[in-house]
Amino acid sequence: MSSLLKNIFRFILFIVVQVYILNKVPPVHQFVKPYIYFLFILWLPFNMNRAGQMFVAFIFGLTFDYFSGTPGLHTMPCVFIAYLRPFLLNLLIPQETTQLSFAEPSVKSMGWASYGTYVLILTFLHIALLVFIEWMEFGDFVFFIGKVTATTALSLILIFIAEMLFPRQGKHRTNVA
Amino acid sequence: MRNIIAFIRQFFNFFLFLVLMGISLGILINYNQTYQAVFSNIANEATGKVGAQYNSVEYYFRLKKTNEALVAENAELRGLLKQSFEGPDTSSVIKIDSLLKDTLGRVRKFQFLSAKVVNNDISDQNNYITLYRGSKQGVTTDMGVIGPQGIVGRVILVSNNYCRVMSLLNRNTKVSAMTKNGFYTGLADWDGKDPRYITLHNIPKSAKVKIGDSILTSNLSGSFPPGIMVGTVAAIQGDPGSGFYELKIKTSTDFYSLQYAYLVDNVIWAEQKQLEAKTPKEK
Repeated sequence: MSSLLKNIFRFILFIVVQVYILNKVPPVHQFVKPYIYFLFILWLPFNMNRAGQMFVAFIFGLTFDYFSGTPGLHTMPCVFIAYLRPFLLNLLIPQETTQLSFAEPSVKSMGWASYGTYVLILTFLHIALLVFIEWMEFGDFVFFIGKVTATTALSLILIFIAEMLFPRQGKHRTNVA
Repeated sequence: MRNIIAFIRQFFNFFLFLVLMGISLGILINYNQTYQAVFSNIANEATGKVGAQYNSVEYYFRLKKTNEALVAENAELRGLLKQSFEGPDTSSVIKIDSLLKDTLGRVRKFQFLSAKVVNNDISDQNNYITLYRGSKQGVTTDMGVIGPQGIVGRVILVSNNYCRVMSLLNRNTKVSAMTKNGFYTGLADWDGKDPRYITLHNIPKSAKVKIGDSILTSNLSGSFPPGIMVGTVAAIQGDPGSGFYELKIKTSTDFYSLQYAYLVDNVIWAEQKQLEAKTPKEK
């Protein structure tokens, strides 16, 4: 499967899963809400240029927002992590070897430690900004801290499960026709 | 000039980032105020269709609960039938002049339109519901929405075949409600915490409120007919600074399993609003 096709498929899949499965889960507690859709942005290929990444994140966020009925709310955090992603990747991986031989960030291409840090930081920033926008008009600090922590933890668990269930082959880019 | 272009090219990504963030912020801020017909129509129709597809599956799994709710409502309505009451004087016969009631359209104040729920959020801070009824079926903004068990929300956006409802579980919702016992009127809203409870403000401490009392919509809320169930009192909290109670109310509508709703059209509300707009303002 070509990279483009794979990402279009993921685009649809992540929105469907988030809107029609995770958003329908009855809330256990006001702090806890399961989010996984932004994993789409974390999984974008290495060789995309930065403007492209931000555009894709913008379109992705906006599409998700129209399904969840909150235009703009998830778009901003999506663009935000898409902007920060290249900086973080530059810090975390030996550029020459990894970016040349692998297609996208994964456990295989980056190793557990680097990939874990990458996911942790971007998830935290994404959810912090999301909750911040959501709570800006209400302004309760305990809720802000509580919701960011709990939701980040739950998202990390979901991402971990997704990585376990669907191991992606860290395909060597040069081998793909 | 060349320097400016070079500067922009050098920091192109950063500027693009700022522009995209700005656009998202603009959409976010404008959504509640000036979200206009053209854009909303397309987006509403497209997401509404997908929502309807999804709901046709989900609906099957909720059939039992939906049936129970509708049967309960039927039983309640049957209780209101004339046959269920016995007048004190059986020698007089009540005749209803149906002409006066229906064709003149003056007596009737509220009209009901049933609608299927095709999308329903409960887990956000601001929740919205999509119904499969739109302007072609006569839906307008500000119509009230009630479910089989109680009030649900208010219409905020309308497209050809779908409408978007601001759920009772929304930070911006405010509903005028009263206690059934004593008719004390207050304002109900949601604090964004627990989707099972809303808060009713401004009930004077002189009111005799007990836990379990019914809360109904008041005569002041134009979108809803008076006397529609809002919920029951779950806890009574006194605000020490003022002479008012804050009542924690358990909503009677079960938002988790909502499948059908009724749109309420207040036929003579336009006239009332027109009159109220004429009230001389203080200078």
